[in-house]
Amino acid sequence: MIIGAPKELQAGEKRVAMTPDSAGQLQKLGFECVLEAGAGIEAGFSDATYKAAGVKIVKTAASLWKQSDIIIKVQAVSQAEEAHLKPGKTIVSFFWPAQNKELLDRVVSSGSNQIAMDMVPRISRAQKMDALSSMANIAGYRAVIEAGNHFGRFFTGQITAAGKVPPAKVLVIGAGVAGLAAIGTAQSLGAIVRAFDVRPEVAEQIESMSAEFLMLEFDEDGSGEGGYAKPASPEFIEKEMALFREQAPEIDIVITTALIPGRPAPKLWPAEMVGLMKSGSVVVDLAAEQGGNCDLTKPNKVINTENGVTIIGYTDFPSRMSAQSSTLYATNIRHMLDDLTPENDGNIFINLEDDVIRGALVSHNGDLMFPPPAPKVAAIGKQSATPAPVELTAAEKAALEQAAIRKSGQQQIGLLVFGGLFMLLIGSFAPASFMQHFIVFALSCFVGFQVIWNVSHALHTPLMAVTNAISGIIILGALLQIGSSSFIVTLLASISVLIATINIVGGFMVTRRMLAMFQKS
Amino acid sequence: MLSSNIVTAIYIAASVLFILSLGGLSNQEKAKRAVWFGIVGMALAVFGTVFGPQVSGFIWIIPMILIGSIIGVIVAQRVEMTGMPQLVAALHTFVGLAAVFIGINSHIDPPSGLIGAELIIHDVEVFVGVFIGAVTATGSVIAYGKLSGSIDGKALLLPARNWLNLAAVLACLWLGTLFLDHAGPWTLYLMTAIAFLFGAHLVMAIGGADMPVVVSMLNSYSGWAAAATGFLLGNDLLIVTGALVGASGAILSYIMCKAMNRSFISVILGGWGTSTGVAQEVEGEMIATDVSSVASDLMDAQSIIIVPGYGMAVAQAQGAVSEITRRLRDKGKNVRFAIHPVAGRLPGHMNVLLAEAKVPYDIVLEMDEINNDFSDTDMVIILGANDIVNPAAQDDPNSPIAGMPVLEVWKAGQVIISKRGQGRGYSGIENPLFFKDNSRMLYGDAKASLDQLLAQITS
Repeated sequence: MIIGAPKELQAGEKRVAMTPDSAGQLQKLGFECVLEAGAGIEAGFSDATYKAAGVKIVKTAASLWKQSDIIIKVQAVSQAEEAHLKPGKTIVSFFWPAQNKELLDRVVSSGSNQIAMDMVPRISRAQKMDALSSMANIAGYRAVIEAGNHFGRFFTGQITAAGKVPPAKVLVIGAGVAGLAAIGTAQSLGAIVRAFDVRPEVAEQIESMSAEFLMLEFDEDGSGEGGYAKPASPEFIEKEMALFREQAPEIDIVITTALIPGRPAPKLWPAEMVGLMKSGSVVVDLAAEQGGNCDLTKPNKVINTENGVTIIGYTDFPSRMSAQSSTLYATNIRHMLDDLTPENDGNIFINLEDDVIRGALVSHNGDLMFPPPAPKVAAIGKQSATPAPVELTAAEKAALEQAAIRKSGQQQIGLLVFGGLFMLLIGSFAPASFMQHFIVFALSCFVGFQVIWNVSHALHTPLMAVTNAISGIIILGALLQIGSSSFIVTLLASISVLIATINIVGGFMVTRRMLAMFQKS
Repeated sequence: MLSSNIVTAIYIAASVLFILSLGGLSNQEKAKRAVWFGIVGMALAVFGTVFGPQVSGFIWIIPMILIGSIIGVIVAQRVEMTGMPQLVAALHTFVGLAAVFIGINSHIDPPSGLIGAELIIHDVEVFVGVFIGAVTATGSVIAYGKLSGSIDGKALLLPARNWLNLAAVLACLWLGTLFLDHAGPWTLYLMTAIAFLFGAHLVMAIGGADMPVVVSMLNSYSGWAAAATGFLLGNDLLIVTGALVGASGAILSYIMCKAMNRSFISVILGGWGTSTGVAQEVEGEMIATDVSSVASDLMDAQSIIIVPGYGMAVAQAQGAVSEITRRLRDKGKNVRFAIHPVAGRLPGHMNVLLAEAKVPYDIVLEMDEINNDFSDTDMVIILGANDIVNPAAQDDPNSPIAGMPVLEVWKAGQVIISKRGQGRGYSGIENPLFFKDNSRMLYGDAKASLDQLLAQITS
């Protein structure tokens, strides 16, 4: 089958769904790849690099749509492209079926198949095709970079000859993929980062990136299905606002990333908060497309408020890094096609039993497939509310340790007493010559135990081989008997000498052979 | 001729050298020197004894040592590293057999001038030495057979096997009292025969995956047999060396048992412990994958951990593993190996195989060193291992292996399991790992799969 990637038609969209790299991978799956001339230019991939990767370049979108069985795109089909939809064609792109009901109906009636990359279920197996996460990661990074662009100071604190510079304070609201990416980026630029999320279970993730988690003392879990948040109660919001009110005067940069699936973005940073912020501060609203987390956000615009705060409402963060976002998106698409091509023979098979494919499929042979049934596998497992293990105080820990030491001490004393009594028992019966040997035996056991504990686990096989060799010491016994006057004794002793020698020589040689193999890198 | 005082001095030197030799195995670099301590110690001991006051009969000694050395050299050079467990087992047989012969010799031709308690002690020593030697000898023969595949690796579970063992031990004790009553040499010979059967039956009842414990246990026994012989002949060097070897084997057995969360007794009695309650049902399905998608995932992964098991040794796949590791490391990926203490059929077996294939030992890590790193790992490849990566050990209190420390591979981003087919592992326990969302099964012979993988990575 032929896979085609047309030029994106939406204004400002610089991404492309196929890169020379991903084209190479797709060809390995048995597909032929075609590209509309100039489709990759804005993402930094020239037609020549595609040609070098074995991609056929076609002049017009019309001929590309005509020859391709599978169309891979970034944005959903535009009105101009709808004319090309034919039964049997498969389109893989972002679609947002819940928001684009009418477009979906038209696609269904055209009979073509549509795979919506934004509908890929959030299960571990599908992570490699989770384009939303890839894009959110880029958006989070870019949000910090854009904020820095409009922020008049350093991120990191410095003490220079010309005076002291305090570090910037960044507040990230919503610790999803984008939020965590923003936290990481701001952190690595040297800012003091604080983060807030309604889902308590992300506290650990925030702290793992060495940001400070702003704790809200409230008994409500904001976690919804699929790892997203659910709407909060009014009391909760009141508490939240109080917390933000406290933070707003201190914070230099606010990055809001809060989204609830299928709803307008929650207003978490109202005009009141902006009013409390210092002049020169920056708000980056990653939810601008869904109406914004900030009242004052204007989609696709940068505005300056009266009190000198800059509010950035771009909706095209991934597209602003088109080379990076195209690479990641093309890889997500490639993984999706990989799963669609079970035989690796260049023919796709839409397996309705596969949770991931079924979840992303919104139109199939003229049938409406949206919304999908609930996946068989639970998405991101909600953490059960197990109480955190009770932290022990220092005193309790010390007490426990003492008890452990006392216990092992008692055991040791018990063993010593028992051993001593046993020795006395032997000593009272056995003759002196035996006891002399017995001392040697007991001490050797002790030495053996002490020495062997230090042997590295990796050398256990050589240890066995070397103990094999030295247990050949039994040859001494045979040597002492071999001169006996009895023939049978001499014969048995000779055999013993023979086999013990095999042991000694074989054991040592094989140990040396093994040890010589252990090489450091 | 050396005087007996000089011989004693030589024995002291040899004992010290043996201790240094074992102590040197604490790290790979020191170990290479440590073997020489052992060799010199042994040479001194044999030299001192041969030229000591009590030895005659050189006509026998010289040819025997020569022939034995030649056989030893040939065996040591020929053995494959995958065959190490068999070799170790075979060498145990020799020690056991020698102990039996020496014990019987000492009964036929006892040292002169023994009276009263000394005579009784001597007789007890003969009896005990022969018993341990005989059990070690046949036990090792069976272990050899199981490890080399000439005897079925499955546990042979005779009905009432524990009673049979008990009966054998009681019979030996009874014969022992008769022997001390001077009932005649037949008691000794009959006991030897029973001990031979007892040793064989003991190891027959233990299955393939418990072999690390068995081999270490036999290692320990061979040491105790040497020590018993030392008591018999009044030779301190034999006692010291036997005790060292015995202690070493005992510690290895302890470590292996701990790694399986089983008591020594339950391993020795054979079979798997009976569990109370029903094991949890496993839900989900196994998802197969193929070599090319594994190859592309490997290219995307940054950190990779390989978990080898006995399956790698059986398929002789260590060379391919090493080559793949080298290529991936050349691409700047972090590739490491995680070794469970009981992986393979011999303690440290996997380390030796990987070393043979020239995998640098500093990327081969123990379970405790690497277990926390799985959550930060992109990809785990499991080669012919099963129980040591079974999450049921932690999750399912009714599982027969509940509580056994396992490698927490399922925390990694993706787990590839190379396996022959869909069957269960040695223990017959269902492994929920195979059904996890992030697990992919790569069916087929490990070596064939890895060779294809190598070709794909290289191209």
